[in-house]
Amino acid sequence: MSEFVIELLITLSKISVVLAVLLTGVAYSVYAERRVSAFIQNRYGPNRVGPQGLLQPLVDVIKLLLKEDIVPASANKFIHSLAPVISIIVSLSTFAVIPFGDTITIGDRVIKLQIADVNIGVLYFLAMTSLGVYGVTLSGWSSNNKYSLLGGLRSSAQMISYELSMGLAIIAIILMNGSLQLDVMVNNQAGWKWNIFLQPVGFIIFLVSAFAETNRTPFDLPEAEQELVGGYHTEYSSMKFALFFLAEYANVIISSAMITTIYLGGWQFPYLQDFGLPPMLVSIIQILTFVTKVVALVFFFIWVRWTIPRFRYDQLMNLGWKIMLPLGIANLVVTAIVLMLLK
Amino acid sequence: MKFDLETVLFISLSVLSVVSAIYMITRKNPINSALFLILNFFTVSGLYLLLKAQFIAIIQVLVYMGAIMVLFIFVIMLLNLQFQKKKLESYSYKSLTSILLAIMLFGILGYTVYFGFEGKFKGMSDKALEIGTAEKLGAELFTNYSFPFELASFLLLAAIVGAIVLAKKKFE
Amino acid sequence: MIEINYYLLVSAVLFSIGVIGVLVRRNAIIIFMCIELMLNSINLTLVAFSSFLGNINGQIFVFIVMTVAAAEAAIGLAIIISMFRNKESLNIDEINILKW
Repeated sequence: MSEFVIELLITLSKISVVLAVLLTGVAYSVYAERRVSAFIQNRYGPNRVGPQGLLQPLVDVIKLLLKEDIVPASANKFIHSLAPVISIIVSLSTFAVIPFGDTITIGDRVIKLQIADVNIGVLYFLAMTSLGVYGVTLSGWSSNNKYSLLGGLRSSAQMISYELSMGLAIIAIILMNGSLQLDVMVNNQAGWKWNIFLQPVGFIIFLVSAFAETNRTPFDLPEAEQELVGGYHTEYSSMKFALFFLAEYANVIISSAMITTIYLGGWQFPYLQDFGLPPMLVSIIQILTFVTKVVALVFFFIWVRWTIPRFRYDQLMNLGWKIMLPLGIANLVVTAIVLMLLK
Repeated sequence: MKFDLETVLFISLSVLSVVSAIYMITRKNPINSALFLILNFFTVSGLYLLLKAQFIAIIQVLVYMGAIMVLFIFVIMLLNLQFQKKKLESYSYKSLTSILLAIMLFGILGYTVYFGFEGKFKGMSDKALEIGTAEKLGAELFTNYSFPFELASFLLLAAIVGAIVLAKKKFE
Repeated sequence: MIEINYYLLVSAVLFSIGVIGVLVRRNAIIIFMCIELMLNSINLTLVAFSSFLGNINGQIFVFIVMTVAAAEAAIGLAIIISMFRNKESLNIDEINILKW
């Protein structure tokens, strides 16, 4: 029984540490977005609160908490408050299967640096991303506003379309690894055998689909502010709006973490085991490697947002169904044939 | 009955699934119905996990909740654009009879399955955990069941073509 | 240890609720959702037997049933959309002719 309690405590502490880091990361990615966009547009960005404006996220959260929470009179009240909750829960719980390090040894206990090591990890990720549609769609519908509804409709069509190519890109990786476990995938990418070099087409498909799934520019049609005011979150204010905002950036971070895990070798630092470092230091270096890769990808997401203009809706659908899907299928077939020839 | 973790989980999941099913058929608004159906699918997925069928459980979330119900909600939202004022539901003696009939059906089904299988099994099979994995299911699907598997893919193809033909506005 | 008849009982309850829904409700979409509920309760039965017998065939059937359900949802919703275009209604009592 005490063994069970210890395991429970370890899992709970892993969950709380990951959530704390993730939420702080979300807050600071908002800050990073504002600073980087300002840099790209030759402005200053937030630089008044604290040194270099580093306390800006804190102030933003306090501001959003103190705002009045407005629910439109004609909205469906229950679903209107349910939708942001779905968004944030789904995006945060996706992180449960992502391995952010190998193992860490404390005392004589070996702890796996992954919250849940399930052997259907990739499917869990796909399932959670497909559930993410509900938050956006329901918020659009329940606001009883035509702009919100259009945003919701757009996002559900867009997310369904790009899930397919994302799934096809992942299936090619599953074929190569013969496992649905994410830590097996990471272990197979030891050294420089990163999947980005073995599956460049799959990487591009996954990256583009990740942009579409997170509703980021150039695919941010669900919230295109020039045509739809704010899209699905037009009618949201105060903390509910903040939840959507958090969910969007949490999705960015989680997509980056997933791309890192699947294509960029996860926590693998090439040839780290040859240096003969103490195991504790190795674990810390691996975690830092993972964090560095994720931060680089988050920066890439921000960079793309402030560089590439938005697609038109028919262009988006054409790209999804006529280019990405056939490309994904072709990539899958080629992967399968090559694997069969190598056997 | 011993109240261990499994029992507690089973009771809460099954009660939640039945309650959400009842809510689903009694809601006026189709969106609320769809939401309760999603909740029901979620609880059934939990029951699959209790039965150690992990692959089926995650596929349930992926296919039913992530694809089929999104389609339903999409269609409900699409048709909601032209809001209809006409009264949709009319209850009459017919519905009373059908409820009675359904309760009789439940009596027969419930009696059969509850008393017919009472104590038939000594518990879950030892192989239950093993056969629930993706590897085992995949191996079986691509060897012994390859023909039904191909047929299922043809069915999907037919469904794609059919849906496009049906939903297209005009086709000349 | 939960015995198999409890799982089967839950499945029977869900199936009967689905039947009531199909018989009583007149909204085509809700009837359709009730059919999905019934398919799901059958899946629960199949998985329960599969786990208790240690036989994989039940789970293969569930897999096939899910494929059928997906195909059915696509076709059925397309039919509902075209029905709504023609009749401006989702009430199945008003859909009483076979041809226009």
